[in-house]
Amino acid sequence: MSLNKMHASEVAAKIINKNDLFILDVRNEDAYADWKIDGESVTSMNVPYFDLIDGVEDILEKLPKDKEILVVCAKEGSSIFVGEELVEAGVQNVSYLPGGMKAWSEYLEPVKVSDLPGGALYQFVRIGKGCLSYMVESNGEAAVIDANRMIENYTSFAENKGLTIKATFDTHLHADHISGGKDLADQMGGTYYLPEEDAGEVTFDYTPLKEGDVFSIGDVKLEPVYSPGHTIGSTSFIIQDQFLLTGDILFVQSIGRPDLAGKAEDWVTDLRTTLYDRYKEMAGELTVLPAHFSKVEELGENGLVSAQLNELYRVNDGLNVEKEEDFRKMVTENLPPQPNAYQEIRETNMGKISPDEETQREMEVGPNRCAVN
Amino acid sequence: MSGTVQQNNKISGGMDMIQTDHVLDAKGLACPMPIVKTKKTMKDLEPGVVLEVQATDKGSKADIKAWAEKVGHYYLGTVEEDDVLKHYLRKASDDETVPETKHDHVISNEELNELLSNDAYTLLDVREPAEYAFGHIPNAVSIPLGEIEEKMTELSKDKKVLVICRTGSRSDLAAQKLSSNGFEAINVVPGMSEWNGETTSNL
Repeated sequence: MSLNKMHASEVAAKIINKNDLFILDVRNEDAYADWKIDGESVTSMNVPYFDLIDGVEDILEKLPKDKEILVVCAKEGSSIFVGEELVEAGVQNVSYLPGGMKAWSEYLEPVKVSDLPGGALYQFVRIGKGCLSYMVESNGEAAVIDANRMIENYTSFAENKGLTIKATFDTHLHADHISGGKDLADQMGGTYYLPEEDAGEVTFDYTPLKEGDVFSIGDVKLEPVYSPGHTIGSTSFIIQDQFLLTGDILFVQSIGRPDLAGKAEDWVTDLRTTLYDRYKEMAGELTVLPAHFSKVEELGENGLVSAQLNELYRVNDGLNVEKEEDFRKMVTENLPPQPNAYQEIRETNMGKISPDEETQREMEVGPNRCAVN
Repeated sequence: MSGTVQQNNKISGGMDMIQTDHVLDAKGLACPMPIVKTKKTMKDLEPGVVLEVQATDKGSKADIKAWAEKVGHYYLGTVEEDDVLKHYLRKASDDETVPETKHDHVISNEELNELLSNDAYTLLDVREPAEYAFGHIPNAVSIPLGEIEEKMTELSKDKKVLVICRTGSRSDLAAQKLSSNGFEAINVVPGMSEWNGETTSNL
């Protein structure tokens, strides 16, 4: 009997398929309280590894006898240490997560949303962090929207399908994760687009993303729609008159928050107009595809996060605040904490600072907090 | 050198020297080893001494702090120098939780606050240099308890000496020593652990 490995992809599969999983998280209590692996079928328990250095006897009673036990820590060293102690103590079916929470934060699950003329639309679910990015592919061409910094996920996906990435788009200047849009475009010889209104302080070359442009990726049509409110430049996409990529403006269970750059008061009217006028005029049959999810319950079949627009007008509380004043209150008061390191993340996305990869990882650790819940 | 403990090390900590009793080199070690070694080292140390743990694992800061607080050691702080994190910990001592003071001239933190600008008094901080370095009352003079005998001549006998430490226990011993050497010494209780006034740091 020995300690097994359970890779992030296997953990993701268990969560998506709702298979039972017991997690022993051995990070310190603050780290666990801030952010952990969640899932409807996941039970977790936190005991810091430094309480287990002299042995695991005290916790053996609390471990399930009939479930697979996954030991998790920040990187992996402590989970191997504790995992081996458990194996030595005779516990069955113990694994550790290689790469720990860092690997979990970086794992992307590609989920097919739908077929499109000459190709398909994919949602890349960053399940540990709640970020969603997209790839449109048609007749050998591809575009990526809101790419994460781990760009090899997109390049290897494109390579396997023989696709050329022509364009990368950011729907807005992100504050919760580091964008891979610019690097991905540079590496693949494509063009990087960013809404001009968000790019005032950007130090590198980009192509302004504007409403009125129409992009053709193979036989698929992408239309940007100016939809400010989360940021002043936030731009949505309508793909092939079927899908609405809402960025951080509208989520399945909530709406975007307008305050990330300290502009809650200024942007609340824009957010209201986007959600209550602009989107409302659109076809209710559009499938909403947001840039985030906040709870794992939002993961649908195969892990896909989506909803129909008119359904959201029925059930999403953020779309059903009658009085403008109440709406203003909701989006400016009692906001959740800012994402970890959001200032540094914004500066990185503007090209003002270039932290090394390890630092970028550290900056992104933790949950995303872009939504008003 | 990895994992060895050196004695009586004096190293530069920012602008000032942080003197520590012991140094543990945990550089290059990944989690959980910095804590495993710290725990082992602490076990063999005398209560009240300060250990400097040098580590390169970024996660060690939050973990050392959480661990120390849990087991009752006193986490002083961390300084970063050239990618090396230096964590300072003071080993728990039993007499600290319930200080039994014997020196009879005692004042409270509040009373001390009233005397800070009074020229007739010297404020003497008898904690370890590392504790002093991470935060002390401005103008407090630093002489660790262990050096009080040899260094008390640096103090003026014309002034009353207000003696402070973390909880009132070390300052009690220092006040007694000063008294028996002709100083008018006053112990501040409880001391820095409950001090809400101004502090300054050498780092």
